Amino acid sequence: MIARFLGAVGAWLRRSVQDLGFAVRSFFIIIASSGGLWRRPRLVIEQLFFIGNRSLVITAVSGLFVGMVLGLQGYYTLTTYGAEQSLGLLVALSLTRELGPVVTALLFAGRAGTSLTAEIGLMKAGEQLSAMEMMAVNPVERVLAPRFWAGVIAMPILGAIFTAVGIIGSYLVGVVLIGVDEGSFWSQMQSGVDVWKEVGNGTLKSLVFGIAVTFIALFQGYQAQPTPEDVSGATTRTVVISSLMVWWLDFMMTALMFSK
Amino acid sequence: MQRKSLDVWVGLFVLLGVAALMFLALKAGNMSSLSFSKTYTISAKFDNIGGLKPQAPVKGAGVVVGRVAEITFDDKSYQALVKLDIEDGYKFPKDSSAKILTAGLLGEQYIGLMPGGDSEMLQNGEQIKKTQSAVVLEDLIGKFIYNKAEEPVKPK
Repeated sequence: MIARFLGAVGAWLRRSVQDLGFAVRSFFIIIASSGGLWRRPRLVIEQLFFIGNRSLVITAVSGLFVGMVLGLQGYYTLTTYGAEQSLGLLVALSLTRELGPVVTALLFAGRAGTSLTAEIGLMKAGEQLSAMEMMAVNPVERVLAPRFWAGVIAMPILGAIFTAVGIIGSYLVGVVLIGVDEGSFWSQMQSGVDVWKEVGNGTLKSLVFGIAVTFIALFQGYQAQPTPEDVSGATTRTVVISSLMVWWLDFMMTALMFSK
Repeated sequence: MQRKSLDVWVGLFVLLGVAALMFLALKAGNMSSLSFSKTYTISAKFDNIGGLKPQAPVKGAGVVVGRVAEITFDDKSYQALVKLDIEDGYKFPKDSSAKILTAGLLGEQYIGLMPGGDSEMLQNGEQIKKTQSAVVLEDLIGKFIYNKAEEPVKPK
């Protein structure tokens, strides 16, 4: 019985390592076969529309509400210290550094990642990818690479929009509704938010999350067995794995970027 | 080239992203306060800089006239050597003095320049002779306790 248990553990380990290796290899294959996109930018633009524009409303609305809630909660907490003037700084720092990139990445995984996985999974189930290969069209170059780059481009844009809308939301609640002084709201924010340290690192975070989430979504779709159960399972795995990945990457990057 | 409407929407999406970044950089960030005007460098030695950091403002009469460029330790005089980038338009007399001050009770530290009466102005690379260090809270408390202990005990 012990032998069987150890065998199962060993098989699981071997499969995990093999999956990881296959994922890394696929990542480089996608990067390597992206060269043709310079000749066909339309492929990326089409995907950018589906991934970016279609995620715009959910991202902006979430940003607005996150900003408004932050403004409200921050105000209640800061008034106990008589520091409600720092509301703008508090909101801007939390949005640019953490909430903007992370929440956008989670939304992005749910909104765009799942649709990518389902699309690729169904393409594979319907043997469309094999058909492409029969026609001497490389499915990685034609299907995976444009989606990958569209996701990588869309995510920082969405993150920036989320953060900007969030700050506007907190402005609406903090200044317009509650009546925090407008001058100190903006000037405290400007004195505390550095363009490179906060905005630049936040955008870098969004970019890394975009790479991770989009790749995980594509990989899960490509790897899914061509059955209805496994395509739906792959969609779930996309959300679970990319969320966990986003948390882990965020922790690592925060430790590296803001340690000083 | 067909399907032009799609291009418009994608272009709009990218523009929106650029606008958001511009908003973050200019309205929320300190891009607008970063001055790209020409500066000249002067230096000052302090016994103790407290919590002064690079990029801290240099103020004359409360107005920002420059930034702290770099802070190094001078192992000859055991003092902190602070380089200040002052904007070209602002000239200070040679015998000006520099103080490390604190904005508010617990705020950030900055350098205050007090103009002297000399008719010659500080040039690029020159040093401010008169400086006053940052107030360190522990020293202040130590001094207070020391003075208290020196007071004669009041007869009952």
